[in-house]
Amino acid sequence: MSVTLYYILGLILVFGIIWGIRLMNSPKTAARGNLLGAVSLMGTVLLTLYKNEILGSSLLWVSMILGSIIGYYIAVKVTMLKMPQMIALLNGLGGGASGLVAIMILTGSQGDVDLFNRGAAVLAMLVGWITFSGSMIAAAKLAQKLSQRPTHLKGHSVILNVTSVFICMLIVLLLMGSTAGSFGSSLFLSLLMLVASLFWGVIFTIRVGGADMPITISLLNSLSGLAGAIAGFAIYDPILVAVGGIVGAAGLILTQVMCKAMNRSLMNVLTGKTAVASNKHTTSGHTVNSGKADVLVKANISVKADASAGQGKQEHSGSGKQQVVETVKEAATVIEAPVKLVNKEDESVRLKRIVEEAGSVIIVPGYGMALAQAQYQVKSLYEMLMEKGKDVKFAIHPVAGRMPGHMNVLLAEVDIPYDKLYELDDINEEFSNTDLVIVIGANDVINPAANTAEDTPIYGMPILQVDQAKNIIIFNWDTKPGYSGVPNTIYELDKVILRLGDAKETLKAII
Amino acid sequence: MQAFLQILVFVITTFIGYKVIKNVPSLLHTPLMSGMNALSGITVLGALVSTAAAVGTGSKILGVVAIIFAMINVVGGFCVTDRMLKMFKTQSEVKGK
Repeated sequence: MSVTLYYILGLILVFGIIWGIRLMNSPKTAARGNLLGAVSLMGTVLLTLYKNEILGSSLLWVSMILGSIIGYYIAVKVTMLKMPQMIALLNGLGGGASGLVAIMILTGSQGDVDLFNRGAAVLAMLVGWITFSGSMIAAAKLAQKLSQRPTHLKGHSVILNVTSVFICMLIVLLLMGSTAGSFGSSLFLSLLMLVASLFWGVIFTIRVGGADMPITISLLNSLSGLAGAIAGFAIYDPILVAVGGIVGAAGLILTQVMCKAMNRSLMNVLTGKTAVASNKHTTSGHTVNSGKADVLVKANISVKADASAGQGKQEHSGSGKQQVVETVKEAATVIEAPVKLVNKEDESVRLKRIVEEAGSVIIVPGYGMALAQAQYQVKSLYEMLMEKGKDVKFAIHPVAGRMPGHMNVLLAEVDIPYDKLYELDDINEEFSNTDLVIVIGANDVINPAANTAEDTPIYGMPILQVDQAKNIIIFNWDTKPGYSGVPNTIYELDKVILRLGDAKETLKAII
Repeated sequence: MQAFLQILVFVITTFIGYKVIKNVPSLLHTPLMSGMNALSGITVLGALVSTAAAVGTGSKILGVVAIIFAMINVVGGFCVTDRMLKMFKTQSEVKGK
């Protein structure tokens, strides 16, 4: 095949992929766009096989078919709830594949590699294996096989820095190897590089916490594209370089969007800054907690609420006695409210009345809805409200959930029309004219403290202005602070009715 | 020269990709991410070429693993994206069901 023809066909296929992404601008055409992308990618595989005259190699075909079957099988099996970890897992495999290609190039099965190729291969190896191990840790965290809290090792930064220096040394050695060039030493260095990269990925990801996962996944996504592109440099494959670049850009955009939605810098997220703040809080304020214990016993409240009250207080106790006293009062009201609601019949009548009287309703889902798997109840709620002729909308915060757009997917799965799902900027002004807001498992994204509490991690984060609505019903598991560790001041408002517990059950009160 | 051209390709496509992807609404960010994720399996091209050129058994095994990983990424990614995208319906589509 002539080189010109190869370039022309390659260009068409890359264009097909870009056009496919363009079709993703609207939900109407997005599925077609995805298909176009898939077909174009298959095209690039065939083109590459043909150009290198390896179309007839059965080994390649068997491997590809085997991989395809596994991929298809797990894609069909996975539930929407497990989607975040599934994406992280797949992403890791892509990175690993780039890493493997890099090892093959470095150990010299390719014959003629110049310094540029070699340098690219070393980098591809680094980025590829970091993507692999980082994604696996992210997947384990999302699947809750690892703690969602950031893990801080002793001397975390030191370990990371020492590993980085070690990696730099390996890179230099591997590049010098291009002149020395014996297979044995390359293999040994490659293995060292492999281990160091994997280790770096683990150390790096393990200190990022659950709610920062959307950012981490986006970043890893970007890295897997980058790894592909660099592997493309290593073997002079323009298609690989082009598509890898596109993926890298996509991940970068998502990372940007997520950071902006949390008003946090990327560095801040990656070094697990949230954790530092919340760790400090949990060590203080224990005395206040125990003083409160008897009140809780009298109130005959569950252990869960007890713990939450304790936490809510610990937050403030560092900042002076005055505030401690205040927060004790606050905590007391927070605790009494649900007790009243659970025990007294008239409260549930009041709930029904508020829902009945509301003309406009905004539903705010959060990660708690996903955890409780309450989306079907939310769907029933939505249908009930629609039947009564109410104006129903959903307000989706960009970082609600554990990956970008997580809530939208869960709601789409239960057939809630996407034209009812509104983004933060589109709906925020409507809260003040809304009769009723129903919150389901959302916490940090509706916390008014983000506007006022300057020394907290969520300060400055754009929130949904739920507190401005006339009535608010919150279906959360407990009143503990959310992932940020900042107590939610919205619970203290008089117009808020709290229903604590499993949203799947508690939602039945109003359906 | 080769190297320069490759870098040029990288810069241009990254730029175009950035422009096009920027317009995807946050409603579709999950499918977008999983779609891009599937695309990152494009590294299968490198795996195929390297495996075909591999001489030793060790290299061939590495190559086969790389191809399998990449294809799981590609096929799994596109199928999952397709499943998600087909769930998004408008109000009239939901009622018409």
